[in-house]
Amino acid sequence: MAQNADSCSFFGLPQEPEMSDSHDISKHVKSYVAVFIALAVFTVVTVVAAYGVHVSKPAHIGIALVIAAIKASLVAAIFMHLKWERSASIWWVLMICAIFFLALISIPVLSQQDAPPGVHYGTWGP
Amino acid sequence: MSTAVLPYTVKPHPMTGLYSGKFGTWLFLASEVMLFGALFSSYVLLRVGAPATGPTAWPSHEETHLSWKIGGFNTLVLIVSSVTMVMAWASLKMGDFAKGRGYLIATFLLATTFLVVKLVFEYVPKFTHQPHPYLPSTNNFFALYYTMTGLHGLHVVGGMIVIGYFIGPGAALWKRDPEYFTNRIECTGLYWHFVDLVWIFLFPVLYLM
Repeated sequence: MAQNADSCSFFGLPQEPEMSDSHDISKHVKSYVAVFIALAVFTVVTVVAAYGVHVSKPAHIGIALVIAAIKASLVAAIFMHLKWERSASIWWVLMICAIFFLALISIPVLSQQDAPPGVHYGTWGP
Repeated sequence: MSTAVLPYTVKPHPMTGLYSGKFGTWLFLASEVMLFGALFSSYVLLRVGAPATGPTAWPSHEETHLSWKIGGFNTLVLIVSSVTMVMAWASLKMGDFAKGRGYLIATFLLATTFLVVKLVFEYVPKFTHQPHPYLPSTNNFFALYYTMTGLHGLHVVGGMIVIGYFIGPGAALWKRDPEYFTNRIECTGLYWHFVDLVWIFLFPVLYLM
């Protein structure tokens, strides 16, 4: 019986053509370390943007959320292996989740349109 | 007693193209996104709705009594724990059980560190603050702070229980079916990275804004 020299066969199991990780996992270790360094750097940048530099409040919120989104994307793509994920099912799950999440986050924004006349919603804190 | 065998623990399911544990874990994470999303959404609503001045105004940085140093340290602890978690899975994937178990233990210890720092340096000083303690009932900010970080902390505890199980009694599965064991660690890792993700958003929202 022909045995491939792929990493799949070290368990002695037949080759699974659908396995998403038939490539060499050891190559990924470098990317794990790289992502860790990036995450640490971004954390420092986020803190510096809050306390080290003086930007306006909306700008600061924007910067912090964008950096957080970048960090989240790195974790999702590399640590959670989405970059190498070939299954359509997972993308369906994530896309539907994203749509509902956007709807959820929009609720406070949209509810601002419902202020009764004369009621003033507050501004961002001091 | 029949030993019921779960199907598709290693072999991919023909409909999803994945082993079922992974698909199920992602579905679960999608529901968790909604759970924490609801809390973040509440944060936005309460904060924007707070009056600009007066006793119910949103507290300033100083009035929140949150230390970005402690929060930042905990952020780095969780990030490192995510690295050790993925390294555990990678080691098991490459057949090295000893290394994989070592990385799992490291993840567990880092999670413990996170909780200890949170409890000892954040929660307890707030609960015991004189002249008046900072409780969830103090104001909307603290209600949200304790709810969001508390729920997140409970998720950390849950993850620790699962990781502890796989370090201890669950490790026996490696001898019977190493690929199945590796897959279960992968699913644990997915959950753990999600816990890290939530904190990546919690930290700036609560500590820096």
